[in-house]
Amino acid sequence: MSKHTISFTLNGDSVTQEVDSRLLLVHLLRDDLQKTGTHIGCDTSNCGACTVLLDSRSVKSCTVFAAQANGKAVETIEGMEQDALHPLQEGFHEEHGLQCGFCTPGMIMRAKELLKKNPNPTEEEIRWGISGNLCRCTGYVNIIKAIQYAANKLNEQQKEAA
Amino acid sequence: MIPPSFDYATPQSLSEAIALLHQHGSEAKVLAGGHSLIPAMRLRFAEPSHLIDISGIAGLSYIRESGGFLRIGAMTREVELEDSELIQSNYPILLDTAKMIADPQVRNLATLGGNLAHGDPANDHPATMLALRAQVEITGQGGKRTVPIDDFFPDFFTTVLEHGEILTEIQIPIPPSNSGGTYLKIERKVGDYAVAAVAAQVSLGADGTFQQVGLGLTNVGPVPIRAVRSEDSLRGQRPDEALYAQAGQLASEDADPGDDLRGSADYKRSLIRELIKRALRRAVDHAQGRS
Amino acid sequence: MIQCKTSKEIGGMGHSLKRKEDARFIRGQGKYTDDVNLPGMLYMAIVRSPYAYAKIKSINSEAALELPGVLAVITGKDLEQYNLHWMPTLMSDTQMVLPTDTVMYQSQEVAAVIATDRYTAADGVEAVTVEYEQMKPVIDPHKALDEDAPLLRPDKEGKTDNHIWHWEAGNRKSTAEIFENADVVVSQKMYLPRIHVCSIETCGCVASFDKAEGKLTVWMTTQAPHAVRTVLALVAGHVGLSEEKIRIISPDIGGGFGGKVPVYPGYVIAIAASVLIGKPVKWIEDRSENLQADSFARDYHMDVEMAATKEGKMQGLRIKTLADYGYTDAAANPSKYPAGLFSICTGSYNFQDAFTEMDAVYTNKPPGGVAYRCSFRVTEAVHAVERITDVLAQELKMDPVELRMKNFIQPEQFPYNSPLGWEYDSGNYPAALELALERIGYDDLRKEQVEKRARGELMGIGVCSFTEIVGAGPSKDFDILGIKMFDSCEIRIHPTGKAIARFGTKSQGQGHETTYAQIIAEQLGIPALHIQVEEGDTDTAPYGLGTYASRSTPTAGAAAAKASYKILDKARKIAAHLLEVDEEDLEWEPGKFWVKGSPEKSKTIQDIAFAAYTNHPQGMEAGLEATHYYDPPNLTFPFGSYICVVDIDKGTGQVKVRRFMAIDDCGNIINPMIVEGQIHGGLAQGIAPALYEEMIYDDDGNILNGTFMDYLVPTAVEIPHLETGHTITPSPHHPLGAKGVAESPTVGAPPAIANAVVDALSHLGVKHVDIPITPFKVWQILQEKGLAT
Repeated sequence: MSKHTISFTLNGDSVTQEVDSRLLLVHLLRDDLQKTGTHIGCDTSNCGACTVLLDSRSVKSCTVFAAQANGKAVETIEGMEQDALHPLQEGFHEEHGLQCGFCTPGMIMRAKELLKKNPNPTEEEIRWGISGNLCRCTGYVNIIKAIQYAANKLNEQQKEAA
Repeated sequence: MIPPSFDYATPQSLSEAIALLHQHGSEAKVLAGGHSLIPAMRLRFAEPSHLIDISGIAGLSYIRESGGFLRIGAMTREVELEDSELIQSNYPILLDTAKMIADPQVRNLATLGGNLAHGDPANDHPATMLALRAQVEITGQGGKRTVPIDDFFPDFFTTVLEHGEILTEIQIPIPPSNSGGTYLKIERKVGDYAVAAVAAQVSLGADGTFQQVGLGLTNVGPVPIRAVRSEDSLRGQRPDEALYAQAGQLASEDADPGDDLRGSADYKRSLIRELIKRALRRAVDHAQGRS
Repeated sequence: MIQCKTSKEIGGMGHSLKRKEDARFIRGQGKYTDDVNLPGMLYMAIVRSPYAYAKIKSINSEAALELPGVLAVITGKDLEQYNLHWMPTLMSDTQMVLPTDTVMYQSQEVAAVIATDRYTAADGVEAVTVEYEQMKPVIDPHKALDEDAPLLRPDKEGKTDNHIWHWEAGNRKSTAEIFENADVVVSQKMYLPRIHVCSIETCGCVASFDKAEGKLTVWMTTQAPHAVRTVLALVAGHVGLSEEKIRIISPDIGGGFGGKVPVYPGYVIAIAASVLIGKPVKWIEDRSENLQADSFARDYHMDVEMAATKEGKMQGLRIKTLADYGYTDAAANPSKYPAGLFSICTGSYNFQDAFTEMDAVYTNKPPGGVAYRCSFRVTEAVHAVERITDVLAQELKMDPVELRMKNFIQPEQFPYNSPLGWEYDSGNYPAALELALERIGYDDLRKEQVEKRARGELMGIGVCSFTEIVGAGPSKDFDILGIKMFDSCEIRIHPTGKAIARFGTKSQGQGHETTYAQIIAEQLGIPALHIQVEEGDTDTAPYGLGTYASRSTPTAGAAAAKASYKILDKARKIAAHLLEVDEEDLEWEPGKFWVKGSPEKSKTIQDIAFAAYTNHPQGMEAGLEATHYYDPPNLTFPFGSYICVVDIDKGTGQVKVRRFMAIDDCGNIINPMIVEGQIHGGLAQGIAPALYEEMIYDDDGNILNGTFMDYLVPTAVEIPHLETGHTITPSPHHPLGAKGVAESPTVGAPPAIANAVVDALSHLGVKHVDIPITPFKVWQILQEKGLAT
C-alpha cells in the first residue's frame, strides 16, 4: 500500500492531505474532511448519490481514488451556497424536488454540470441527463421541474449580468 | 465495497508507464477511466498489486482527422466523443455508441481506449469499431504496432495487448461521402450492458448500391462479432427491406449468445434479427442524406 | 382547488407550504446515520454465508485478529454466552442474530469484525475463514411441505414440517355455494415475486454504550424507534439494559418504505459489541448486503377465483395463497394479522361473499416480509382482485370500465361492511374513475386502439380501481408484539407564542416537519413556520409505533388535532380570564378569540400563550401544553382509479408507458404539494415492480441479482411522465377527515400496468402476465402466439 500527499481545492479552498492509495474520494470527503453531504447509496457505481464535480465534471466519487483528485478542483454540495442559495438549491425547494433528501446532493451536483453544458434542456434531455442518479422517493417528476426552475433562473441571471 | 491494497503510480510519460508495467509484472494494471477496473476492485474481483494511472500523460487525448484516418487518442473520454462537433456531424455511429455507454457521470471519465482494452464483449465500442473497420495503435517497449480491430479480440475477455503494452490510438478510416451509421442498443434500463446491440456503418456508391458495409454485434458471443455473411449479402445490392431481413437472419445465426438474466439465447438472436433491420434503415437514411 | 380555512401566513390545511425540512437537505446538512461520528468510534463489518443452507464446521478468526486495527471477531458462540444469539421477530417467531451451527440463507450474517476504521474492518472480513458443509436448500415454497423436505426449524419445539401458519378470513362454505351456482367462474394463478424496497440510504446504526452511566444510545435507521427501545429492553434486559437507559435516535432517514422497520441482526451485534467493548460501534451495510440479506417484500403465490353472473355482477371471490417467508416469519404485521390486511381483497366491489386462506412456509431465503409501501400486504390483495376483474371482463367480452362501474360499492352504501369483516369509512369510487376517464380521454383511446389493432400494432389501456386500508390501528384489534398501535403528539406553546410538537412517528421523507405543523396551525392559528416539529428521539418523543403503512396522518395526525383541542380548551379559559367574560361569550377563529358582538375585544393565541406564563387565572396551572395518545376507532380507506396506456414494441418486446393517470382520494388534504409528491414516488415504486424488479434465486438458493447492476431500480428515463389528480371524500371518523395516502400508488400502479399489457395482448388470447413484465417475457408471449420476429 502506498501513501500519497495530495493537494487539491475543495469548494475553492486548498486542501493538502496524506492518503492511502486505496482510499476512495467519497470516503476522503465524508470521513476525513467531514463533508458528509455527499452520500453513499450502493457499491456498484450505479446510484449516483456520491456525485461531486471534479474539474467541473460530474463524477461518482465512489469510483475515484482520492489520489486521483491530486491537482484538481473538487466541488461538493457544501460549496453550492455562496452569498445566496444556488438556483438549483432554490429550485429543489420551490418545486418539492426532494423528500428524504438522500439523493439530493448528488442530483444537484449532476444538474450543475448538466445546465452548464445545456442551459435550456428539454424534459427528455433532463431525464437522460440525470440517468446516472437514482431516486426512490420522488418518481423524478419534481426533480425535473426543479432543474427547469434552475435553468430559467440561471438564464435570467445571465441576461441581467449581460 | 472496500478495495484491497495496492501501490499507485502516476507516470508522466508513456515510456515511464511502460517501464513501470514491466517492473511490477503481470499484477500491475493500467488505470485509465477506471470505471471497469475500480468497481471490480471494490467487489474484490480484481486485486492488482500496482495501479499505473496514465491520465497524467500528455498527448493521449485528441480527436482529429489526418492521413485518411480519424485518429482518436486512447485516453479520450466518452463525453469528449459526445461533445465533438466532428463526430456529431461525420461519425453518428460513434456518437450513438458513446451516448449509450453507462450514464453521464461514467462517461465523464470512461475512455475509448479502456472500453476496447478491457476485452469485454458486452462493451459497446468493439462492435462499432468492427463496423468502422478500425485499427488500433499499441505502444510497448519495442515501439508502436498497429492491429486491425478484427484481430484485436482473440478470445473472451482477451485482447492481443501483451503485458507492458498500452493502447494509444484508435484509427478509423475516414468514410467516403454518402456514408452513414448508427448504433442501436437494447438495454434493460439505462446504464446496463446490452441485451444485444448492433453497430452499422455503410456507404453507398453513385449508383445507390452498398459499397461498404460494416456490421458489428455486441454481447451476443464470447467476443464482439462481425456479421460477415450479412455484410457480404448486402455489398453491391440496392438497399431493400427484404435484404435487411435476410441480413438480420444471417446475423442472428452467426451470433452466439448465451442464456442469462437479460434473456434467452433465442431472444437475443431475435433482437439481432430486428436490430440489424432497424440499424440498416437508419444507416442508409444517413447515407442518403436524410438524418 | 382546495378551500383553505386559514390564511397563507398561518399555513393550515390545504396550503402547499414549501417544506421546512428542505433547508438542511439542499445544503447537504442532513444528519443521516452514517454522518454520525463519535470520538473513539469503531467500525463493524459482517462476514456472510456464501451458501443458502449449510452447517458451520469452523470459524477461524486468527488471521483477521492479526491485522493491525482489528479488535474483535464476534461469532454466534460469543453471543450465546449472553443468550443473545437468537432474538424474537415482530411476529413472535425467532431469528438468529448470529448462527452457532447452521446458516439458513445466502448472505446470512455469520460473524462480525470490529476494527478501528472501515477499511480495516473490510480487510478483516476477507481474512476470516469459515468452513461450511453444504446442504440442499429448500428454495421452491411449493416443495417446502414435501415429505422429503428437510426440517428447516428444528429449533422450534414440536415443529415437524416447514409450515408456519394457516390463516383464513370469510365463510368457506357459503362462498363455495356461490361458486357452485354461478353462471361464470374465472380463475387465475398469480405470482408476485420478491422485491426490495431499495431506499437510497441502506440500513445501519451507531451504537454507543456509556459504561459509567450504564446508558445505551443508538442512532439507527429505524421507522419505529420506541418499539425498538422496548424490544431491546425486553430482549437484553438480562445483560443489564434497562429501558430508561436506552435511547434510540432515528436521525434523518434516507427513505424507509417499510424496509427500516425490522430489527436486523446487524443492529443487535453492533449494540452487543458496544456494550462489551465500551466504545461506540458503527455498522452501515453495503447495498449488496441490503439487497441480499435484508427483509424482502411480497413473494405470494396466489390462486384467485371470481364468480359472477353472465351480466357481469360479481358475486364471490376466493383466493388461496402460498406465502414464502424465508427461514423465519419476520414480517412486520400487527400480531393478529399474520397475513397483514390481505382481507381487503374484496376491494372496491360489492361482493355477496368471499373467502381467502393462506399458508405460510419456511424456505432457505432471507426472512421477512416487510410492508413495502403497501400497508401490510394490500399490494398483493389489490393485485389479485384488480387482475381477476380484468380476467372476468375479458371472459365476458365486457369493457373493464363498465364492469367496474357495474360492481362498485356505491357512495350511499358507506360505511360499508365487507364480506371479510372491514368497515370501510367512506368512498366514492365512481367519481374517481369518471375523473380518470375524462382526464385521459378514455373513449378516444379505445378508438385509437381499434385502429392500431387493425394495423397489427399493440396498444393497451389498463384500469385499476383500488381501495386501500391504512392507519393501523384500533387497539381492540391491532398490536405489534402486544404494544397497541395508537400514536401520539405532545405540543408545548412557548411564552412568545411559538411552539414545539413531538410525535411518536418518524418521517423518512414524508414531510412531517411541515405537515404536522400545518395540522396544528389549522387548529390553533399559530403559523406553521413557528411550530417546530420533532420526531425520532425516544428520550423526548412521546411513545408511538412509528411511520409505515401510511399510518402517520390517520394516527399521529389525529393526535395532533386532539392535543390541539385540549390546548384550545385551556386557551379559551385564559382568554375568558383576560377578556373578563364567560367562556360561552367567546368566538374563535384560527389565531384568536373575540367577544361575541364586540370583535374589537379580542386576544390572539400569542397573547394567550404569553399570559399562560405571566397572567393565568388563579388556581390554574401555568403553561400551555397537551399530549394526546390517539386510538383510532377504525382504519381509513383511501382509494383511487388509475389508467395507463402502453405501447408494445413487437420487435423487441419492450413495453413503453405512454401515459399514466392517477386519481387518488385520501380525504381532506393537508398539503397538496406533499401529497402529490408522495403519489409520484409511490407510482414510481409501483411501476418498478410491474416492469423491472424481482429478486431471482437459482435452485441452490444463490441470489442471481444481488447488486444494483442486476436488480433494476428505474432511472428518470424508465419512469414515464406521471399525471395526477384527486377527489376528496373525507373520512367521517378522523378528526381532520384525512386518510393516509403515500402507499396507494404503490398498490394501484402494478395492476394498472399489468392490465394494460394484457389488454394490449388480449386479442391474441392472453389472459394474464405475471409481473415484472420484462421485454423478454413479452417476447416469449409473442413467440408463442406466432408474432415475434
